[in-house]
Amino acid sequence: MSGHDSKYFSTTKKGEIPELKEELNSQYKDKRKDAVKKVIAAMTVGKDVSSLFTDVVNCMQTENLELKKLVYLYLINYAKSQPDLAILAVNTFVKDSQDPNPLIRALAVRTMGCIRVDKITEYLCDPLQRCLKDDDPYVRKTAAICVAKLYDINAELVEDRGFLEALKDLISDNNPMVVANAVASLAEIQDNSNKPIFEITSHTLSKLLTALNECTEWGQVFILDALSRYKAADAREAENIVERVTPRLQHANCAVVLSAVKMILQQMELITSTDVVRNLCKKMAPPLVTLLSAEPEIQYVALRNINLIVQRRPTILAHEIKVFFCKYNDPIYVKMEKLEIMIKLASDRNIDQVLLEFKEYATEVDVDFVRKAVRAIGRCAIKLERAAERCISVLLELIKIKVNYVVQEAIIVIKDIFRRYPNTYESIIATLCESLDTLDEPEAKASMIWIIGEYAERIDNADELLESFLESFPEEPAQVQLQLLTATVKLFLKKPTEGPQQMIQVVLNNATVETDNPDLRDRAYIYWRLLSTDPEAAKDVVLAEKPVISDDSNQLDPTLLDELLANIATLSSVYHKPPEAFVTRVKTTTQRTDDDEYPEGTEPGYSESPAHVADGAASPPSSSSYVPSAAARQPVPPQSSSPPAAAAVPDLLGDLIGLDNSAIVPVDQPATPAGPPLPILLPASTGQGLQISAQLTRRDGQLFYSILFENNSQTVLDGFMIQFNKNTFGLAAAGPLQVPQIQPGSSAATLLPMVLFQNLSQGPPSSLLQVAIKNNQQPVWYFNDKISLHVLFTEDGRMERASFLETWRSLPDSNEVSKDFPGIVVSSVEATLDQLAASNMFFIARRKHANQDVFYFSAKIPQGIPFLIELTTVIGNPGVKCAVKTPNPDVSALFFESIETLLKA
Amino acid sequence: MPVAASAIYFLNLRGDVLINRLYRDDVGGNMVDAFRTHIMQTKELGTCPVRQIGGCSFFYMRISNVYIVIVVSSNANVACAFKFVVEAVALFKSYFGGAFDEDAIRNNFVLIYELLDEIMDFGYPQNLSPEILKLYITQEGVRSPFSSKPADKPVPNATLQVTGAVGWRREGLVYKKNEVFLDIVESVNLLMSSKGSVLRCDVTGKILMKCFLSGMPDLKLGLNDKIGLEKESQLKARPTKSGKTIELDDVTFHQCVNLTRFNSEKTVSFVPPDGEFELMKYRITEGVNLPFRVLPTIKELGRTRMEVNVKVKSVFGAKMFALGVVIKIPVPKQTAKTSFQVTSGRAKYNASIDCLVWKIRKFPGQTEPTMSAEVELISTMQEKKSWTRPPIQMEFQVPMFTASGLRVRFLKVWEKSGYNTVEWVRYITKAGSYEIRC
Repeated sequence: MSGHDSKYFSTTKKGEIPELKEELNSQYKDKRKDAVKKVIAAMTVGKDVSSLFTDVVNCMQTENLELKKLVYLYLINYAKSQPDLAILAVNTFVKDSQDPNPLIRALAVRTMGCIRVDKITEYLCDPLQRCLKDDDPYVRKTAAICVAKLYDINAELVEDRGFLEALKDLISDNNPMVVANAVASLAEIQDNSNKPIFEITSHTLSKLLTALNECTEWGQVFILDALSRYKAADAREAENIVERVTPRLQHANCAVVLSAVKMILQQMELITSTDVVRNLCKKMAPPLVTLLSAEPEIQYVALRNINLIVQRRPTILAHEIKVFFCKYNDPIYVKMEKLEIMIKLASDRNIDQVLLEFKEYATEVDVDFVRKAVRAIGRCAIKLERAAERCISVLLELIKIKVNYVVQEAIIVIKDIFRRYPNTYESIIATLCESLDTLDEPEAKASMIWIIGEYAERIDNADELLESFLESFPEEPAQVQLQLLTATVKLFLKKPTEGPQQMIQVVLNNATVETDNPDLRDRAYIYWRLLSTDPEAAKDVVLAEKPVISDDSNQLDPTLLDELLANIATLSSVYHKPPEAFVTRVKTTTQRTDDDEYPEGTEPGYSESPAHVADGAASPPSSSSYVPSAAARQPVPPQSSSPPAAAAVPDLLGDLIGLDNSAIVPVDQPATPAGPPLPILLPASTGQGLQISAQLTRRDGQLFYSILFENNSQTVLDGFMIQFNKNTFGLAAAGPLQVPQIQPGSSAATLLPMVLFQNLSQGPPSSLLQVAIKNNQQPVWYFNDKISLHVLFTEDGRMERASFLETWRSLPDSNEVSKDFPGIVVSSVEATLDQLAASNMFFIARRKHANQDVFYFSAKIPQGIPFLIELTTVIGNPGVKCAVKTPNPDVSALFFESIETLLKA
Repeated sequence: MPVAASAIYFLNLRGDVLINRLYRDDVGGNMVDAFRTHIMQTKELGTCPVRQIGGCSFFYMRISNVYIVIVVSSNANVACAFKFVVEAVALFKSYFGGAFDEDAIRNNFVLIYELLDEIMDFGYPQNLSPEILKLYITQEGVRSPFSSKPADKPVPNATLQVTGAVGWRREGLVYKKNEVFLDIVESVNLLMSSKGSVLRCDVTGKILMKCFLSGMPDLKLGLNDKIGLEKESQLKARPTKSGKTIELDDVTFHQCVNLTRFNSEKTVSFVPPDGEFELMKYRITEGVNLPFRVLPTIKELGRTRMEVNVKVKSVFGAKMFALGVVIKIPVPKQTAKTSFQVTSGRAKYNASIDCLVWKIRKFPGQTEPTMSAEVELISTMQEKKSWTRPPIQMEFQVPMFTASGLRVRFLKVWEKSGYNTVEWVRYITKAGSYEIRC
């Protein structure tokens, strides 16, 4: 029954496009149909056949459904590139939407919704309105999804034309598939809107739960996912819901099972009866295990989710550890995940069995897997005190196999075991020392050196062992050098004899004079001074008792875990990251369509407004001065003595040319809205005529880098690309820079969506943001921008008074930092509060203290780090005292910069 | 959001696009380039099926010589996406008559475009039942097997059936002879330690059904599992006659089975799709009858010789027999020469998989053939470490045997016209991953 379409891919010698054109206009139906198939074939292999647009659209009016579908497919692909010609198709679309055949009616609405051309969208409303009320359920279910499509193109239109109400009516439709699609559509619209559109009441809930029984498998997923946001009023309601959802656990479709699990787990939080909870756990275990007999890719998704589930409800799979034993032929990604779950489920009861498995895995072929297995043994030792000894004996057996990477990995975990159980297992040190000369990985070496230093008094030849490393000190990686330094100091403090004394001279010399590494140098100087001023104090510091460690690797923070559990089966649960960490889509708001307000190029109104000129590329936008734009349009003399230092960011260029991941992602590109002029970061004089102004902004909960390019050079500039250097908050572009060609004398503005935590830099927090921009005509431009902390404040930073007080108390006093701003005047309380609220600093309370007013605010930056803020001032008089308390006081300096900017504004 | 996909790509092994469909506007048309350069052309391929590149995520699966790649930019439902791919491939296979590979895609690209338009709308999966889709998506050679109507005129009420509550069966079917075929297919998974203790053992079974029934029949299936029987004995208040009952760890059902009824009444009742489908899957871990025991002894004699002795015991009934038994015993890469002695079947050395392969075409129950082999190795200077032995793997099929002990007790068919049906039941047990460490 197989087709023979491959013939359409063969090309003829004659010019292809003219030939196709001729065939498309043939008088014979069959020939026309074959020609359209050839066009689609050419489109599939990536040839540009958009020039045949008119000819293909001419074939649209046909009785032949197959041909019609092909033409529609062509339209979906090319209408965007030929918006003016797309209007040719409108008539047929509108006619088709009234065809007697429901398949054609549905096809017309479905296709029109996929064509994102304004002219088509205008004509979509009437057919859509009709189709939502069509007699045929197939048409209605298609129209239901079409509303979501339209909302994505033009949200305002959907709201104005009453489509939302029509969609809500479909929830009560008598056809289950229509209901399911309407729910999916509404849930999506709600996701993209800030207004309450689709609120699930207990009435809709029970209606949808009933519809569940009759839906297709996919419809069940839509409904379960939408309902999982429902918060039950009390334990009784939660139990009722759960009772109606549990039958879904028996479904053959893994997506239905996982969505049901998600919903049950959500409701379980409310259920108080331990019997009911225990019973539910018992019911959920078998279906979860069954997911592991699906395709490996689905197993992977299931395992990532099970990892989350066992963190919240360890009892669910406590007796099922055997099902996570790895099969020899499991793909590596399945094995790695199984191993992770085995560690989580390991207990005193099953540890012997688990250790036998780990030992077996440690002899397999895949090096990464073997390493992870060895590390798993160590983690079990740290987790289970009573099994530690058995774990260690397995590790020692593995060391005896003398496979290089196994030995190294074993030594790394044994170091952790020593930290967990100090002064317990030192008898094995001798065995470890035998493998000393085989170590070649920095982490293993560093671990071994740490062990020698820590137990120097019990190792007879500790000085000899360390000395053997000293010869190669300058060549060692930083990690090893640091350990070597500390270990030598420990050795000297424990055995202050002549040998160690000489060693310490050598090491301190190496680590201070002969190194470029500031960390190493600083540590060496501290030791040096300690040793020379007060050796006893040195002992107290260096040989102090260390806190016992615990195994918290791969344990998620409870609030994050909550969020991830609410996202079971989705990408978020697979990445173990909250959705906002990887989703860069912008929320649709109705204002989005108001194109008129946006500045276009160098329109006169814009150039007359004052422009921001930074006094040097590196200075912060907040402290820049205003000059009339006439000056800005002239070449501006560099006011700063040093032009942006290219040498400071050498690796940026490499990344830019090597095209780092982050540079190739297209994202919805909202137009640039009007706002205050942006600070100039690259003046035209430095940029060979190209002037770049930019600033980080926050819009609808989303971070953007707003950039304005002005081309004052004599050449056309195109091919713009952008790259951000590593920075404290890991800011990076979420997509490629989309800037059109810029003609001489014109300009272009863009909003580049940004993501956080992509390329984090090490070291103390800094507001510095180094940017590199290149185009096809000029060298790469580097400039520095400043990250204003308040741009990062999230919309969910509001705290209740009680939780504010609690958080305040829970943080140690050492986390409180304060600063005075003598020059700032708060004249209007309301204006200031509004100003701060606009930047997501939320007002909590106000109190009088003598003649001063004290205000409290809360704010939050991503990853849930709160800021508790206290402002003290006398209204109308200069001088504001600001105190801030946060779990991470390092960033308070950045905070003060921000608050100063905000209060001054 | 239950969105499953923004775009779907079918690529060949070189990374050429065979066919693609963009469902949403939030990913660009060139995203597949990123997949090619960051996954296909790197060592990443195969290390993880879900990957993020920039702001987009990719889910991919390889099926024969085709990569199916789904691209999303939102927090999509991954489980839904993968299941959609699996189901879509099953659908294509059903249309092409079996194979799904690069050639099949090229040869049916028009049909695939049409199906992709139908089975997913704006990233939301729609009806994927082959039975129903074949009512109105018909391409040249492909037409509904039971319909005599020309392909261009779809059944008039197709749209009602796609969206209907019984979205998997069409109305008005007529058969002269009403027949039902039930195949109980079990895979035994075993992991045995070198000392002969069972580390893990389970059976995953499925009941495949082929229905040729007229009208809209209601079916009810009874098995000898504990839950079903307990329920029944309560109702009839008398002990069951068939002695053995088994306990199923878990059951999952085809969407035609009424789950609420299964949950409340413990009966498997359903209106079946027409033709072939998988009615249910189950899993059992307790009381598994292993059909074979493998007893290996492998001795390394010095650095260049090995002695391998393997005895395989069949522990099912003497009147039964297994088919297609293959035992693969791994040997080191540097194997030079092998010699065998077998009491049954044939053995040879397969260098491409580094295994001794012993095949026995027909293997009667209650027998224990043996194989002994001498293996000579090339001595190598490198690596002192001892050879890590992969497990022995075994393949087999045992007809009329279920490792779980599951039996069909009854299959009741009820249709308003009251016709008689003929039911056929077959059992077969296959090896899943049957591994013995040595």
